[in-house]
Amino acid sequence: MKLRDMLIGLGAALLLALVLSPFASPWPDGLEKIAGDHGFLYRGGGKPVIAAPIPDYAWPGIQSGRTATRIAGVAGTVIAFGLACGIGAMARRKKAKQGKAADTQGNINHG
Amino acid sequence: MHIPDGFLAARVWGPLWILGVGGIWCCLRQVGRSLGERAVPLMGVMAAFVFAAQMLNFPVAGGTSGHLLGGVLAAVLLGPWAGGVVISIVLVVQCLIFQDGGLTALGANIVNMSLIGSVLGYGFYAAVRGGSSGRGRILTATAVAAWCSVVLASAACACELALSGTSPLRVALPAMVAVHALIGIGEAIITCLVISFVLKVRPDLVYRSEGIRT
Repeated sequence: MKLRDMLIGLGAALLLALVLSPFASPWPDGLEKIAGDHGFLYRGGGKPVIAAPIPDYAWPGIQSGRTATRIAGVAGTVIAFGLACGIGAMARRKKAKQGKAADTQGNINHG
Repeated sequence: MHIPDGFLAARVWGPLWILGVGGIWCCLRQVGRSLGERAVPLMGVMAAFVFAAQMLNFPVAGGTSGHLLGGVLAAVLLGPWAGGVVISIVLVVQCLIFQDGGLTALGANIVNMSLIGSVLGYGFYAAVRGGSSGRGRILTATAVAAWCSVVLASAACACELALSGTSPLRVALPAMVAVHALIGIGEAIITCLVISFVLKVRPDLVYRSEGIRT
């Protein structure tokens, strides 16, 4: 994958997060709706096991709900990108250290 | 379909944590073995895209919404192993940073959406695609796999709820499968749109397993 393609792909993801995220449907998702309909939604209402820094996709401390969602979306998109690149690179490097070049026996090689 | 804390009993989420971690470990080993260096940025782009797309809930019938799971999308481009890793990364980010999906339920969510949604979803794709490299065949396989992956993930989720004593299987299973049969149509449409675009501009980015020559 060339740098240009990577930037286009990342740009598209950032655009989705920045432009479209505030307009997502506010309706509950499938599981949440069923939990409500069948009376077990309350079970998920307790204190979460860990307190997440940006709960419910809203950057804390920002008045405008839409802006808070946009910033949270962009932050999450960048974090997911960085983490996946890092873990992907690590998984490959570990293999290379073991003396087997992945490309020689690998069955794909993305251009 | 992200299960929050409190929906699953410890006797259910405990083993699913082990299964989820074990599954991801296997995926990572395969990624190290099979993925070319230049595919690493594609993993990053897919994680970014799936994260952003999962924020975009679309309305389905009856005051319910759904969003892309992206398991088959990631697997069609990256193969099942890197696909599974990418979806798991998205789930971990959602859980730890955005409180979407509980920490206790993270193993279950990884099993449902990553191992079933991406790794098993790729199995459906490969089965329908066969050795073909025709555009129509690839898109048909993508659509079938995308729909199946969402419906199967929802069925697994229903079983986990039932085993936890949260909701009886005769209630949870038909309800989850019915809603996700609709959400799965959205999944199939979005996945096909993206794959169709990639086939047009960069067909070489579609994952080629051994035996398929494009």
